Formats: sequence, C-alpha cells, structure tokens
Amino acid sequence: MAYGPAPESDKQARDWLAKHGAEFELFAGGSWVKPASGEWFDVINPATTQRIARVPQAGKADVDAAVAAARAAFPGWSGLPGHARARYLYALAREVQRHARLLAVLESMDNGKSIRETRDLDIPLVARHFYHHAGWAQLQESEFAGAQPVGVVGQIIPWNFPLLMVAWKVAPALAAGNTVVLKPAEFTPLTALAFAEIVAEAGLPPGVLNVITGDGRTGALLVDHPDVDKIAFTGSTEVGRVIRKATAGSGKKLSLELGGKSPFIVFDDADLDSVVEGVVDAIWFNQGQVCCAGSRLLVHEGVAERLVAKLRARMEKLRVGPPLDKAIDMGAIVAPVQLERIRGLVTKGVEEGATMWQPSWACPTEGYFYPPTLFTDVSPAATIAQVEIFGPVLVAMSFRTPKEAVELANNTPYGLAASVWTENINLALDVAPKIKAGVVWINCTNVFDAASGFGGYRESGFGREGGREGMWEYLKPKRDAGSGMRDAKRRAKVAREEKRIPHPASPIPPIDRTYKMFIGGTQARPDAPYPRAIVAPDGRRLAEVGEGNRKDIRNAVEAARAAEGWAHATGHTRGQILYYIAENLATRTDEFAARIDAMTGCGPERARAEVDAAVSRLFTYASWADKYDGQVHPTTIRGVTLAMNEPIGVLGIAAPEELPLLGFVSLVAPAIAVGNTVVAIPSEAHPLAATELYSVLETSDVPAGVINIVTGSKDELSKVLADHLDVDAMWYFGNQAAAAEVERASAGNMKRTWAAWHTRDWLDPRQGEGREFLREATQVKNIWIPYGE
Amino acid sequence: METKQKYERALRVSAQPGRNPGVPLDLDWVRAVRVNRSAVERRAATIPTRRTVKKEWQAAWLLRAVTCIDLTTLQSDDTPTNVLRLCAKAKQPVRRDLLEALGATELGIVVAAVCVYHRYVPTAVAALAGSGLPVAAVSTGFPAGLNPFPQRLEEIRASVEAGAQEIDVVITRAHALAGDWEALYREVKAFREACGDAHLKVILGTGDLATLTNVARASRAAMMAGADFIKTSTGKEAVNATLPVGVVMTRQIREYLDETGHAVGFKPAGGIRSAKGALEWLILMKEELGDEWLRAARFRLGASALLTDIERQLEHFVTGRYSAAHRHPMV
Repeated sequence: MAYGPAPESDKQARDWLAKHGAEFELFAGGSWVKPASGEWFDVINPATTQRIARVPQAGKADVDAAVAAARAAFPGWSGLPGHARARYLYALAREVQRHARLLAVLESMDNGKSIRETRDLDIPLVARHFYHHAGWAQLQESEFAGAQPVGVVGQIIPWNFPLLMVAWKVAPALAAGNTVVLKPAEFTPLTALAFAEIVAEAGLPPGVLNVITGDGRTGALLVDHPDVDKIAFTGSTEVGRVIRKATAGSGKKLSLELGGKSPFIVFDDADLDSVVEGVVDAIWFNQGQVCCAGSRLLVHEGVAERLVAKLRARMEKLRVGPPLDKAIDMGAIVAPVQLERIRGLVTKGVEEGATMWQPSWACPTEGYFYPPTLFTDVSPAATIAQVEIFGPVLVAMSFRTPKEAVELANNTPYGLAASVWTENINLALDVAPKIKAGVVWINCTNVFDAASGFGGYRESGFGREGGREGMWEYLKPKRDAGSGMRDAKRRAKVAREEKRIPHPASPIPPIDRTYKMFIGGTQARPDAPYPRAIVAPDGRRLAEVGEGNRKDIRNAVEAARAAEGWAHATGHTRGQILYYIAENLATRTDEFAARIDAMTGCGPERARAEVDAAVSRLFTYASWADKYDGQVHPTTIRGVTLAMNEPIGVLGIAAPEELPLLGFVSLVAPAIAVGNTVVAIPSEAHPLAATELYSVLETSDVPAGVINIVTGSKDELSKVLADHLDVDAMWYFGNQAAAAEVERASAGNMKRTWAAWHTRDWLDPRQGEGREFLREATQVKNIWIPYGE
Repeated sequence: METKQKYERALRVSAQPGRNPGVPLDLDWVRAVRVNRSAVERRAATIPTRRTVKKEWQAAWLLRAVTCIDLTTLQSDDTPTNVLRLCAKAKQPVRRDLLEALGATELGIVVAAVCVYHRYVPTAVAALAGSGLPVAAVSTGFPAGLNPFPQRLEEIRASVEAGAQEIDVVITRAHALAGDWEALYREVKAFREACGDAHLKVILGTGDLATLTNVARASRAAMMAGADFIKTSTGKEAVNATLPVGVVMTRQIREYLDETGHAVGFKPAGGIRSAKGALEWLILMKEELGDEWLRAARFRLGASALLTDIERQLEHFVTGRYSAAHRHPMV
C-alpha cells in the first residue's frame, strides 16, 4: 500500500509571481522602488533548480533611501498611541491569516521546505507572533513605562524560516514603536516581499517597514549605516561575529541569534518511542536547517542500542521528496552551497572514524535533496560533534551519569537550546538549569510560541525574541539623559568651587599601606611588582596601588569561575551578604568619605553623600536578591513555560571614573545579587575606595572568588577581560574608544557587553539602580515543561 | 534479549501469520513501560498531517479499509431484522456500480466480519453461510464485564458453540485501575482458553483506564495472556478510539513482537464514522507497525456508519459529484 502523490497546487503562487512579472523591486517608503543599483539576481526553487523570480541587489543608495524612509516615519509611528499600533499589528496578523495558503506555498517553493511545515508551523506562528505583539503595543505604555523605542532598526534574517523570522523581527520592533529596514536572506526573499505587499494593504504608514533584498553586501551596508540605531541579526555565528565587530563603539543596540549544536539528552527512563518522534522533530524538521536543531543525541548507555535500533527503523519510514507534496517529511536543502557543506561534513565524519547510517531508499535526484543521516561511534571531539552542520545529520553519543550528560551537553561553544527526555521530574528539573542554553525543552523539542523568549547563551548570541523579554530588545530607557548630564556637570562645578579645607598636618606620618589585588577572597600580590601612584587633585601622593596585568586578570577570572557555586546560593543568602556588606561599609562611613574626598576633592559633604548612597544601593540589591523573579509564560502547550532569570556567569566590570565608590557598588552589587561572580576594575584615577573595600568584603562573609578586584589601567585591563574566552559578559563604563575596543574584542566568544560612555547620574536612583541593571546581569532561560498523565 | 535473536524471531513469525499463543507473565516488563502523554499526543496530532492519500490512491485505501471493517451492531433494540440487513451489507459493502467503475469487481470486496451480541450469533451465522465471512460476538458481560466470572467464560463457550469464530471480550477495568496486572493476565488467559479455536480480541475499554500508561500496561498484560487482537473500546465508554490511544497500543504491539516474536492485531472501535478517520487509522498502522497491519488478519475497524461515508467518498471519486447518505443505505 503506497501513499501516491499528494501535490498542493502552486497555481496561486505562480499567479502572484506572474503578476509581478517574476521580477521585484525594493519596498521602501510604502511603495515599490526601482533599485538604484540596477542589479538583480535569481531566486531558485531548490526542489526543481528552476528560477522562479529575480530580485534586486540593493546598493548603497538603496540602503540610504530605505533608512531615510524609516527615519522619516519614526516620529509619526513612535508618536502613535500604543492602541493605534496595536490595531495595525492586529491587522497584519489578520492579513497573514487571510493570505495563509499563498504564503505557505510561496515559502515552500522559495526555500524547499515541506508544505506541511509551512502550512502547519511557519505561517500559523507568524500570525500568532503578530497577535501577541499587537498586545504588547496595546500594553506598552503601562507595562514598559520608562522605556522608549530605539529608533530605526536594521534587521537581517536567515533563509531557514524566512517569513517566521520576518515576524520574529518585525512584530516586536513595530510594537515597541520602532521603524524597520528589513533584509531577507538572498536565497529566500519572496515571502518577505509578499509580506511587504500585505503591509501596504493593511495601510501601515509608509516607511514604517521597508524591505530591501540583496546578499551580504547589502547586509553590511545596513549594519554600517550611521543612522541605524539597532541591528537585529539571525544567522551564523561567523557573520554575527563580523557584525559585533562592525558595530563596536557605534552605540548601536545589538541582538544576535546565532548558531547552535544543541544537545538532545535521553535518560534511561524516557518513553523511547516518543523520544524517536522527538528526534524526528529535532533534526529532521526543516531538513535539519534549524539553528536550535537537536543535533547531538546524548543517550544513557543502558538504552543506547535500543534507541538506535528504533531510530533506524523510523528513518526507513521517513519520506523525502517534492516539498509541495503533502505527504513528505523532508523537502529540499536550500541551495547547492549548503548541500555541499553537508556532504563535506558527512565525509569528514566518516573519515574521522564515526559510523554513518542512512536509510535504504534513495532521494530524488532532481533538486537539492539529502537523506536523513545518523552517526554513531562519535567522539565528542569529532568535527561532526562540534561543528554546526545545518542539515539532516544527527550524531549520537552515550553517557553514564546525569553529571556526564550535562558535561557533554555543555562542552560546546554554543548554547542555544537543549532537549531533555526523562519521566523523572526530579531529574528533568535538576538537569535543565545546569545546561547552558537559552531554551530547554523537557520531553519535547522545537516548540515555539510568541509568548516565550527565544535566544541563546554563549556563542549562540544574545537577546531574546518573543515574550516580555523579547520586547526589551527594542526598547531603551526613557532617561532624560540631558538633565542627568546637566546635574552631574553642575555638581562637579559646585564641588570644584567648594572651599577646600586644608588637611591638618600631623606630627607623625601615617602607617604606610600596601594595596594589593583582591583575588579569590584574599589580598594577592600583583603579578608584577610595579606600583601605580594615586594622587589627590592637588597633586599630593595618596597611596600606591598594584599595576594589574594580564596574569592578574587571568588569576581573577579563574577565581571567579571557581566561585560559580554562588549562583546556587539562595536569594536569601545572597541578600544577607549584601546587607552585611552595607552594614560593614556604613560603620566606616567617615573613613570612606575622607578617602573619596581626598582622591576626588569633591568635598566632605558630597563624599559622605556618596557613601550613604552606596550603602543604600547595597540595600537595594540585597532586597532584589530574592525578588527578581522569573515568569511563567502562558504559551500554547498544556504545561508550563518557565522563564527563569539566570546569572550570566563570570562578569567583567570596569567601573566608571566618577563617584569611585558608588559607581563601583552600583555595578558590582546587581551583578552578584543575581548570582554572577565578578572581576571588577575600579576607577583608574580613584581606585582607593575600591581597595578599601577589600577589608569590608573580607568581614562580610562574601565567599572567596565572588568579587575579585584588579587595579591598574582600566582600558588595558578591560581589553584583556573582553578578550578572555572564559568571561561570559563584560560591562565597561568609560570612554567611547575603549568601549569600542571592548565591544570588538567581545566577538572572540560573543560575550554579552554593556558598554557605555555617556554620563549617568549615579546618585539618582532612577538612573543608578533598578531593573535595567538586573536585566543586564541576567539571561532568560525558557524551560518548556509539558504535563499530563 | 539479544537484538539479533529478536530480529530473527520477528522474521520467522511474520512468515507464518497465525495466533498469539501468549507467554508467561513478566510483571517487570509490564511495569517498565513509560508513556509520555504530551509527546504521544503530539505524534498522534501529526499522523493526519504528515501523510495523506489522494485520488486513486485514496480510493484504493478506502477499499482496503472496507475489507478491515468489523461491521457491527450492538444496540439494545437489535432484532433479527436489522442484523440480517447488516449481514447483507457485509457481503456487498460497496455498491456494484461503484465497484465496476473502480474496476474492483474481481477483488471480492467484503468486510472483515460481522460483530453482534451473543443472541444474534446464530442469525448472523445463518445469514453469512457460504460467504466465508466470520461472525464475531462481543462477550464476557459486554460492555461492563462485571458479570460473575464463570458466567463470562460460559458466555464465550456458548458463542463459540453457536458458530462465532471471533470473540471480543472486555476486561475487568478494576484490575487495570488497581495495577493488578497479574489478575488481568489470569482473566485474559482464561478467556483465551475458553475461546478454543476462536480468535480472541481483548477490549481494554481505554476510555475507562484513566492514563495512557495504564493503556500500555494493560496492552502488555493482555498480549502476554494470549490476545490475538487488542481493541480499544466497546463503543459504550464516554471516550472511544482516539489516535493517541492507538499510538500507544500499536507501539506495545511492536514491543511485544520484538520481545516474543508474536504478532498481535489491533482493532480501534467506537466513534470511527468518517472515511477520513478510517484513513488516519490506516496511516497510523502503516507508520507505526507496517504494511502487514493493513490487512484484516491484523487490523480491524470496529464500525457501522463508517461504511456509508466510505461509499459516499468512493462515489465522489467515481462521479466527481458529492454524494448523499441515502444513496448508500446501511439499513
């Protein structure tokens, strides 16, 4: 009994292409515009290798025009009430649903993915995303009070989920009040263009959404454009790295959703037949061209043989064929270049000694098809176990214990997603937080919903798409930066004008003090014994501190990594320790104030105010330590989706120059309140407030390694931290050039950065503390837990 | 068990389809089963979306579905009159003009069996005499299965005596709900012995079993006790044959075959009224078990109204016009 062909008609899609003469223009300022570049390129259906359309290769003038259109539309769009934007987004959702079948067929023709997936997954999720974000537009004024849209957003999306990525990018951006220039992938531009047409039909004001087509050159023009305020990119880690470097120091907000090599962990008490279907959904979904594909199968050794036998039996039943056939499991690979990459890596896997298995049936020979492939006997260090293949290729490895499973899962530069299969809730909920990944699916995989944030840890990028956490990527604090700066300047002026009280001369000299580094809970001698003199504004020599170097940073990072257990301390415990630091600091208020005054010459009153503010700030984060809750997202599964705020890990912090105590405390306290361990570089000119803290920390029960302090050249040490591959995030507060350097260097391991060179009024709690800092100190992990017996 | 041995055994058995002799109860194996409901439901939801059959393939699949139907009437107002009409329909389930148009007159399309209460076994046996069509009797205090145990065994023997070649028994759901798999095993084993040469279909009453894990465990215990078929429902429970239950039961059949080498059949029953629904069950069989489970020897659809809808779809395929139920009367 064979299935026979079950083709979905492509007539409407062909008619639509024909209506455009199978040749498109750019969509900017609300209408189709001829590309100034005068260049076009072909769009190929990978299942037939036939050309189905031509689209423009946007050049510099085209990008400029699109950005200008978005800029012109920004005041009007961002000035609309949330309710008005909600109506537009609601209309877009409805339009997508009305055109659902055309979009599904077009997507399948353009990308090669099966009509089943575009019809049942991609397009419904697109509509869902616009509905969900219509809601955020409606609620923005109340739920994101104090935040404002970023401005003109450049969005660059990949070819694996062309229209779904349009939705993931455009919906939150527009909801928040931004205007957009979108560049779809060169392999798959058609549904984005169809969407542009839909947008026009929905009456979206001209310039709010602009769609320009082109290859990486167009993307680079958009990334480099000076009038773009944010870049949102989904694609390879390689390109993400280039974008990170290109935007360094530009002040552009950045979110990156990059590659992955996600683990799929199977414990011996799992429902193995369901696991098999899970694997199908994990790696043979969309031909394995999924950034969060469960491509590394980690199986408990006791069930490995059985599972592999079941998998092979299942693979025999998979059907690869024409994507528009309604009864196939896998369609075509997007392009020859991708097919070659898959073939090359599979060959490499065989050469490296792994056992390859493919079903007995043959793929169609016309078009770019590749069969489902399973590798066993794979060593964790093998190329195919480390490199993202982005094809229907699964590598299987076995483990002995849950601990080993977690280690194998985490031994990758990536951290996008993970899937955990067990019927033991204790085991599932123990393992999920230990996996370095932005999404963890328990007994399910590749489940998405607009209400839940999606995004990675580590080299899988940063930022989230979907849910409340995703909205923050398109917002910035509505700080009146002008007034903040004015206040700070005024205060500095007053300070300078305050009459200085001369220090009374003492008949006996003070006891000489040696300031070392504070590493691993002890005062450690600097690696190189070169002192750095700290002088008062009047030129008087105040003290000497250690001149930290690379090795001191190395040691501090090691100490911070070793103290990771801090993340597992209860919020209560972390809060108690922060209170204790505050208490011990408060008892030494006079001494700290005198030190600050001596260093900065701010005057005793201002110095005292700074210490008081630092004590208050410590109280703030002691309070937050057990209150920065996650969320339970109402997604579309029967179950719970837990959005947990997790610490990022080892955090590098370069404190601002001004307000040497308060600035330092304002950054270190939120970082440790949520469970990070830190390597902090204090104000370069005025480090003594921080070095005096050593003894406060020592008496406050701060576990060794949670706070490490290295003094010296702030910018040089920041660069070392930003370069360090075992530092998970870097905050830099200082000058623009060094901030740019930090952002550029962070591309090494794609660590998250928070680099700022604008003046901030640290004394003002609205600017100097609160959720903004806690968000920067955490990353959201979404854990999907379906239930039901 | 060694994987190699298992495969050899599976091959040997599939070469000689026959009855399931049962095996000694292995409680550890019954209890070891793990079923994740959400994952099973996800799989079940994609059975109809991952596969479909169209045009002549659909017509062929529908004809095959007809041959797998246990054409059933189990109403309290059954009389010889409607049972006789049912038997007539069983022998000629598809209108002759349609079969001719389909070129299927030579295929000898008949349903798999006629299923009735014990009282009408002689009626059906007489009506079907010479057709080769077996009569199935629901038994053991159907549908609740709570009659005294000796009477339930006696009921089986009486139906066999009256000419029933297949016996559809119901289990004591209390055994499954209490997790007393030993009691369930003993019960089914006794039913099996009472059947003699008649084939035994064991109705689990899945709508009563509360969890999919119970469905899986009951399937295992029933197969070990010698069920030739495992069947979802009586048609009288609030929830009858559902695809998630089908996914669980077919997977247990596969496991049992792997473990013992014995092939067991599957019968969803209750609520299967549409041709599309029947195709979904066939697709499930093909995907989870294989083509051998697309024949009446290993697959039955317990239904009655279903046949009308299948005929309507066949007429549509033949004529291109949508059909009406009254053109394909059951009674």
